[in-house]
Amino acid sequence: MLARITNWVREGQIWGSVFRHGIPRDRRTRAMAILSNVFLHLHPVAVRKSGIRLSFTWCMGGLTFFLFLVEIITGVLLMFYYRPTVEYAYFDIEGLRAHVTLGLQRELHRWGAHAMIITIWLHMLRVFLTGSYKPPREFNWSVGVILLVLTMLLSFTGYLLPWDQLAMWAITVGSNMARATPLVGYEGPGAAFIQIGGVPLVHSGSDARFGLLAGTFVGPNALLRFYVLHCVFIPLVVTVLLAVHFWRVRKDGGISGPL
Amino acid sequence: MPGVLAEGSGFDTIKHWVNVLCQPHWFMIIAVVLLIVFLVGYRKVTKPVIAGPLAAFATLAFLASCFDPNFILIVKKADNVPIVMMIVSMTFFIWLSFRQAAINDERMENGQPLLEAGADDKVLVWPDLVYIELIALVLFTAFLIVWAILLRAPLEQPADPNVAPNPAKAPWYFLGLQEMLVYFDPWLAGVVFPGLIVVGLIAIPYMDKNPRGNGYYTFKERPFAISTFMFGFVILWSVLIVFGTFLRGPNWNFFGPYEFWDHNQPAALLNREPRDLFWIEMLNRPIPGNYLLRELPGILLLGGYFILGPAVLYVLFFRKLCRQVGMLRYGMMAFLLLTMLLMPIKMVLRWSLNLHYVVAITEWFLNV
Repeated sequence: MLARITNWVREGQIWGSVFRHGIPRDRRTRAMAILSNVFLHLHPVAVRKSGIRLSFTWCMGGLTFFLFLVEIITGVLLMFYYRPTVEYAYFDIEGLRAHVTLGLQRELHRWGAHAMIITIWLHMLRVFLTGSYKPPREFNWSVGVILLVLTMLLSFTGYLLPWDQLAMWAITVGSNMARATPLVGYEGPGAAFIQIGGVPLVHSGSDARFGLLAGTFVGPNALLRFYVLHCVFIPLVVTVLLAVHFWRVRKDGGISGPL
Repeated sequence: MPGVLAEGSGFDTIKHWVNVLCQPHWFMIIAVVLLIVFLVGYRKVTKPVIAGPLAAFATLAFLASCFDPNFILIVKKADNVPIVMMIVSMTFFIWLSFRQAAINDERMENGQPLLEAGADDKVLVWPDLVYIELIALVLFTAFLIVWAILLRAPLEQPADPNVAPNPAKAPWYFLGLQEMLVYFDPWLAGVVFPGLIVVGLIAIPYMDKNPRGNGYYTFKERPFAISTFMFGFVILWSVLIVFGTFLRGPNWNFFGPYEFWDHNQPAALLNREPRDLFWIEMLNRPIPGNYLLRELPGILLLGGYFILGPAVLYVLFFRKLCRQVGMLRYGMMAFLLLTMLLMPIKMVLRWSLNLHYVVAITEWFLNV
């Protein structure tokens, strides 16, 4: 009975319009299943048998991407409840904790972010130890390093948003570093030489830290700036680079293996 | 069990010694020695007969430590749980990869095919890969949901610019950099070194011209590359994170894993400047007023390190490598390697001489 219903659905016009190939049972339809699907076609049609062994890749790159998707979904759910202003931010999070049914999105978002940092480090470790950065994959390794940095920056900018003591002081400690940037931080080496007629151009109101925080301390402007960086700017850049990263995995010969 | 581990029992002696051995210098020395032992003896150490009992012992020691009130207080902090996970998963995956490297290296010696052999052995992505991905996705989702249910995300008091917590810590993945602040000024520890880490990582494939070991686990075919990377990743990055998270308390003072984070312990006293060492203690003269002259010994030391360093390394180790990769690549590699080694060198100088800076041109904020 069930088989008949499935068959009827699969032979109907609606199913056929979405999935243009038949049931993936033979080589041709299985190849079609990958080729004719916009998401699945990130993969090649066939891969090395040794490449997909769990002990070879540990699935870490894939898990990192999966966690990126988890972060986007839970992040959108969080944005429904959160206003990035000093007046509301903390209490919105508190309210989310206290009142929202099944309000696990913040936990999922935070632990997912931590997990993503771990999985991306392990991904890098795996790629290094298998020598997979060697030609022809040099450029993709570089893209991967940038993605790693962006992942940590995503996590860093998100750290401020709950606007509690933990958040604020962690970002204060972190962003104080920018003050010491050579030449463009007002406590950095060389900044004192950048002046016109004795008037210093790099001071606490114009240096790298000021640019990062939109102020001289972690205040309302910094909250808004980190919110926009966290929710819009960095995710967009990451998405673009992810596309490049995946595309290049395929173009550079798929999962690496001995030549 | 808790009774056995309570205060006044024989475990106090063990705890005391663990506290002592966790002090920065001992901890780093032990970590480096362990890494060297692991890299030299990876074929034996990774055997399940040896690695298994070691893992069991480590797990047991960790569980027993959880009965200590000071230990559990730090470990169960919600944001520290991921770090415990990181340590466990990293240890496991380092074991897994070196186990496979050991097997591959042995096979190559015996002329057998690699674990990853069979270049033409292809399988279709549907169903072989997509199903693996699906299972990984489902399992990890379940893991994440259980984690989210069991452990609430931390939320402390509302942000207050007038009340600074002590210690104020950066997010955990940056704690290695914060720990570096003990040894270097912010412009190096917070800006230049992180920048060079990124540049160095990106530069790896362009400096490493060793064609072997591409696409399979091995250690024997690329010992230098892997040893350097492991030293950076395990010792200079991960150990420093563990340090910054678990062993640094109020005033960024060191506390052993079983010690109470005492806010009244005074901040560590710094330190001796190279100018004092040179002008007063060695030459017994007043410190010169001109800051360039004053810092000349440090500048010469540092300049010599970066100018003579590559030449010395070339003569000692890298003749063959330099011929393979060319002058430019070798110069870049030597510079990055020497910069990386600045960290352990400065640590040793701090522990032995209590040295503050090598060059201290405080007038320009240029302290190294």
